Amino acid sequence: MLEIKNLHAALEEEGKAILKGVDLKVNADEVHAIMGPNGSGKSTLSYVLSGRDGYEVTDGSATLDGTDLLDLEPEERAAAGLFLAFQYPVEIPGVGNMTFLRTAVNAQRKARGEAELSATDFLKVIRERAKSLQIDADMLKRPVNVGFSGGEKKRNEILQMAMLEPKMCILDETDSGLDVDAMKLVADGVNALRSEGRAFLVITHYQRLLDHIKPDVVHIMSAGRIVKSGGPELALEVETNGYAEFLVEEA
Amino acid sequence: MAAPARISPARQRAAEQRQSLTEARIAALGDLPAAGWSAEARRDALDRLRTAGLPHGRDEYWKFTRPDSLTSAEPKPAAVFTAGDPEIFGDLDRVTLVFTDGVFDAAASDDPSLAGVTVERLAEATSDIHWARDLYGVLEAKGQTPVVRPLAALNTAFAAEGLLIHVTGKADKPLHIVYNHASETSDAILHHVIRLDEGASLTLLENGPAAARLNKVMEVDVAKGARFDHVRAQGRDHERRAATHIFARLESEAVFKSFTMTANGVMTRNECIIDFTGDDAVAHVAGAALGDGDFHHDDTVFVTHDAVNCESRQVFKKVLRNGATGVFQGKILVQPGAQKTDGYQISQSLLLDGDSQFLAKPELEIYADDVACSHGSTSGAIDETALFYLRSRGLPEPVAQNLLTLAFLAEAVQEIDDEALREAIVERLSQWLDRRLDAGHDSPGGGAEG
Repeated sequence: MLEIKNLHAALEEEGKAILKGVDLKVNADEVHAIMGPNGSGKSTLSYVLSGRDGYEVTDGSATLDGTDLLDLEPEERAAAGLFLAFQYPVEIPGVGNMTFLRTAVNAQRKARGEAELSATDFLKVIRERAKSLQIDADMLKRPVNVGFSGGEKKRNEILQMAMLEPKMCILDETDSGLDVDAMKLVADGVNALRSEGRAFLVITHYQRLLDHIKPDVVHIMSAGRIVKSGGPELALEVETNGYAEFLVEEA
Repeated sequence: MAAPARISPARQRAAEQRQSLTEARIAALGDLPAAGWSAEARRDALDRLRTAGLPHGRDEYWKFTRPDSLTSAEPKPAAVFTAGDPEIFGDLDRVTLVFTDGVFDAAASDDPSLAGVTVERLAEATSDIHWARDLYGVLEAKGQTPVVRPLAALNTAFAAEGLLIHVTGKADKPLHIVYNHASETSDAILHHVIRLDEGASLTLLENGPAAARLNKVMEVDVAKGARFDHVRAQGRDHERRAATHIFARLESEAVFKSFTMTANGVMTRNECIIDFTGDDAVAHVAGAALGDGDFHHDDTVFVTHDAVNCESRQVFKKVLRNGATGVFQGKILVQPGAQKTDGYQISQSLLLDGDSQFLAKPELEIYADDVACSHGSTSGAIDETALFYLRSRGLPEPVAQNLLTLAFLAEAVQEIDDEALREAIVERLSQWLDRRLDAGHDSPGGGAEG
């Protein structure tokens, strides 16, 4: 599904290298976790994959089902099936959550040559999916993420994911700022989407999210590279011993 | 006269220029319309105009907007533009009255019978006695202090057309005035007088480009507990010019709400002068402007609080690109004794490129000690983080940009209380934005909508 080869990327303005040769392959139906200390390049990887401005890819490739992602605009990557759940979901005053979601769903359908969803059909689907994430009608009506609590914002991200039905989901520190109950709710939302060949890349500092979203493969990232990969036990090891033993010396 | 020698040659020249400009305009307009009850008001207004002289580029109040094209003896021609837009207020139940190039078009108008409202044409009200005599030119004259508004005095003197609207009860549907533009050289002067009796209410809708050049004055007197709602969409003819004034007087517990949407038009100066004369009244003025290319849009607002516990709100938003200019001059004056005043003013621009500019002069002048007044003015570009967020969800960049543009304008549109009217305005704004998308890129001065 997602194949990253020797990916190098730098901050455009400062020219500072952040990703220094990332290799990663995520197959359909798999959940991969990337763990690592602050500054290891985890979030940068998610931004480079989703096409945020400000990063320059200096080497390597990233493909989604064979399509070169790095050549595409952010909206084209989304239409190709990539989804990034933001660490800090953006507040957009003046844009209703529901309007936003419907515009997004239909924009993607249009890009894929599918018929747009009617207002009634859309409403039916969103009500059902919002309910399981405990998102009420008021949250759907309010402007996107404005005045939402940390937990509400993350649930809203998962709702977007559920509505857009991407095939490759990247979750960037979705556990940050969540209490145990909120984390469980978010994890349940994610787990409900684990099917139909969908793959996940879960970026996190801590092992606790992985108690709820069980990964098939765990990677440790340090200084812009994946330095170790293994099974779920790797996450437990980090939990006990910290990252020290995995860290690479900066050149 | 004392010591004329002290006037510098430059000032002397400027004064002479202003005088000849003013006299040229007056000469082009010819005789004052013959009208019984308004004759005195017209003569007084002509005196006011001559005393003040027409606005000049060096006037402080016209620092950001060149008045030349609004004051010239003859208007610059403006092509008539057929947008093919659907009717803005849709199938909303209303009474529609039509002016074409500033002349009432009876054939195109509805029968103006509306319970609780009497409507007369200014041109036909020529008797010696009329209720409008207490208002015609009266609110305008009062609005000449502390800042002169010579174009409004000119209007009072020379307006032959307009409506005299007396609201005695609660109108059960809106009155809608449509301003068609048919002649490329039309120079329209319209003067409306609206009197709302105690407890009465009316919603007034206005739309259309009106003429190649329009000078419009609306005097609105809102009596105790009465309510006036006003929604205006200024027509999109790219080359049209307009100078409009609203003079409103609010008695106690009166409510006045006015919203204006403007897209295109090479020159627009909208002045709104509000006087609180009774306690516990509310006035909201808002505007949303979309400017592309050769577009100059000026909102000038002057709110005087001379009563206790009144609330005023000014919310103005402008989206500018391709060299468009937006201007905001807004003032809140709180007179001694106007305690518990709640004044709010915000003016913001969204600059879609580096060529456009927004010039703002927010002012507060407060002579009472128990008031809450705030003002703010900002200029900014599209929020890149929000843009990326929307794009990452699959919205193409221009669609995301339009959504954020509409969101920016939303705060002004929210000032319209009626949901159906609010939706009509949002619908029109998004049609305009979408059309610009389909056209790809607008040429300077617009034209993509053809």
